[in-house]
Amino acid sequence: MDKFERLDGLVAPLDRNNVDTDAIIPKQFLKSIKRSGFGPNAFDEWRYLDVGEPSQDCSQRPRNPDFVLNQARYSGAQVLLTRANFGCGSSREHAPWALLDYGFKVILAESYADIFFNNCFKNGILPIVLPAAEIEALFQQVLATPGYQLVVDLAAQTVTRPDGKILSFEVDAFRKECLLNGWDDIGLTLRHAEKIKAFEEKRRLEQPWLFAQ
Amino acid sequence: MAQTLYDKLWESHVVHREADGTALIYIDRHLVHEVTSPQAFEGLKLAGRKPWRPSSIVSTPDHNTPTDHWDEGIKDPVSRLQVETLDANVREVGALAYFPFKDPRMGILHVVGPENGATLPGMTVVCGDSHTSTHGAFACMAHGIGTSEVEHVMATQCLVQKKSKSMLVLVNGDLGPGVTGKDVALAVIGKIGTAGGTGYAIEFAGNAIRSLSMEGRMTLCNMAIEAGARMGFVAVDDKTIDYLRGRPFSPSGEAWDKAVAYWRTLHSDTAAEFDKVLTLNAADIRPQVTWGTSPEMVVAVDGRVPDPAQEADPVKREGMERALQYMGLQANTPITEISIDKVFIGSCTNSRIEDLREAAAVIKGKKVAANVKLALAVPGSGLVKRQAEEEGLDQVFLAAGFEWREPGCSMCLAMNADRLEPGERCASTSNRNFEGRQGPGGRTHLVSPAMAAAAAIAGHFADVRQRA
Ligand code: SF4
Repeated sequence: MDKFERLDGLVAPLDRNNVDTDAIIPKQFLKSIKRSGFGPNAFDEWRYLDVGEPSQDCSQRPRNPDFVLNQARYSGAQVLLTRANFGCGSSREHAPWALLDYGFKVILAESYADIFFNNCFKNGILPIVLPAAEIEALFQQVLATPGYQLVVDLAAQTVTRPDGKILSFEVDAFRKECLLNGWDDIGLTLRHAEKIKAFEEKRRLEQPWLFAQ
Repeated sequence: MAQTLYDKLWESHVVHREADGTALIYIDRHLVHEVTSPQAFEGLKLAGRKPWRPSSIVSTPDHNTPTDHWDEGIKDPVSRLQVETLDANVREVGALAYFPFKDPRMGILHVVGPENGATLPGMTVVCGDSHTSTHGAFACMAHGIGTSEVEHVMATQCLVQKKSKSMLVLVNGDLGPGVTGKDVALAVIGKIGTAGGTGYAIEFAGNAIRSLSMEGRMTLCNMAIEAGARMGFVAVDDKTIDYLRGRPFSPSGEAWDKAVAYWRTLHSDTAAEFDKVLTLNAADIRPQVTWGTSPEMVVAVDGRVPDPAQEADPVKREGMERALQYMGLQANTPITEISIDKVFIGSCTNSRIEDLREAAAVIKGKKVAANVKLALAVPGSGLVKRQAEEEGLDQVFLAAGFEWREPGCSMCLAMNADRLEPGERCASTSNRNFEGRQGPGGRTHLVSPAMAAAAAIAGHFADVRQRA
């Protein structure tokens, strides 16, 4: 996983509640056995006017001019601004893979669905929770200001607006460390291998039926 | 100190605890399917790691497999590669049980686990699939995980977790005739919203929940995730134990008695406290129908499509308007005047034997309405299919004009050939009505199996209570 420390990035607004993972990456693309290459199909049904199929050259497909990410001013955005319950629905990690491959490294929302939130951290995306009023203010500023950028500092846990206002956010200490260092959490867990073995042995004695072969 | 069921499940799985409360949680059962596992198996191999305990794995392909013409195999080459990749990976790594494509016990994982006794009370059950919450019906700590966590469980038999808050959803009183676990689930989601359970583990309790069969409880826990909860569960009672007796992976003999004695402790203590309590009166719950593109957009069958003009919150109002436009519906239309093009009875929410029985009871001796282009009945597993055929349910479906298919996820998410065409409207027993879920441009209304059956016969939504 890549480290995440600080980002100064262009913001794109996706003004909806309940953006689900089927919308972020439709199911036909889940047939891939790879982790990469999902970016061109991020938000596929909203982004293009035709129906997308796997392994297609997306550069030739008709784009939906009404979809916000298709506007030139948001091209190259690295920060996605949205509303409540982002990433609801399926557990597919293809959703953060697609967002990351598209170029997003930070998401700002009022709230997230649980599994999606977890999946972001595993892939070096920082999902930030901000109060509804701050999200609303950001929407107004982004829409009013072409080229609107935010500075996100994970170590300091702050988002700095162009007008200098600093918004602070909470992040779980363990997840923060992992993201700052780009740690592989399997490696971290395996430091406790002896403890896991001991736990397992005790469990096997107490509830042998859980260990049917 | 008095403990909730969640406290008991959590505490019995903590391997290691960090100062900030983050814990390493031991995983008893790992369910693996073809869509969310290939990158995890690959990751494991690339890192040169061995799977920790392959005998915790139960696996079957379900999402991509076709539900008809099994003799022709999997025609879509991309889907076929994914299923073959699962075959190869499980063969290499090993598993407690693997039911490959066309195996008599193949099916949707969340149907296959419980019916084989591979889901037992007190377990942690995980799967790279959000509807893993289904297994909570057996007093399990069961939830979906992403592919990185699939790899993490394979490599370490653990997950790094933080404990959720606890919510008690109490449904008191008696459910009326024609009102099912699905209607309870939709009514709860309608009440708290799709984010209402975010950060919580929900225990469902009360005599209406007790009165549900294990199938009904699985339906309810299955949809806990649609309320945003990490998981949902129900305490052990006689029904749980009766259901598990004699299943292939259930314990037997002395171990059975010992297990049952332990399972009987899996309930919240009387004085246990929850972070949040929600109480519903069962008698108020009517058969539910969703009208929009999120499970919280739901009303009772005798209601009307809501009017966005009545919504004060502008973001919500816009969401409602967008949903109505996508769904091709006018505000204030009575639900029973909405006609349908297709019917889907299936999915991990409602494809068990009881679901098929309930639907068959409604359609018996009747015909699917002329305007319904396709009515599908898709059993959740090979075992469910066989049982239904032994009871003659397949003949009831076929005589009415339904298609009787092979098991799999099918039109729940339309990864195989079963799907809606743009603009088509479907009465579906599945769990998600998101835009495009059952096919690009498709319009999904979530209902119970009995309500789907009633809609198939009427050609539009109909109140199953008036048809019984
Ligand atoms: S039936 Fe539907 S919800 Fe259930 S596992 Fe399959 S695709 Fe997912």
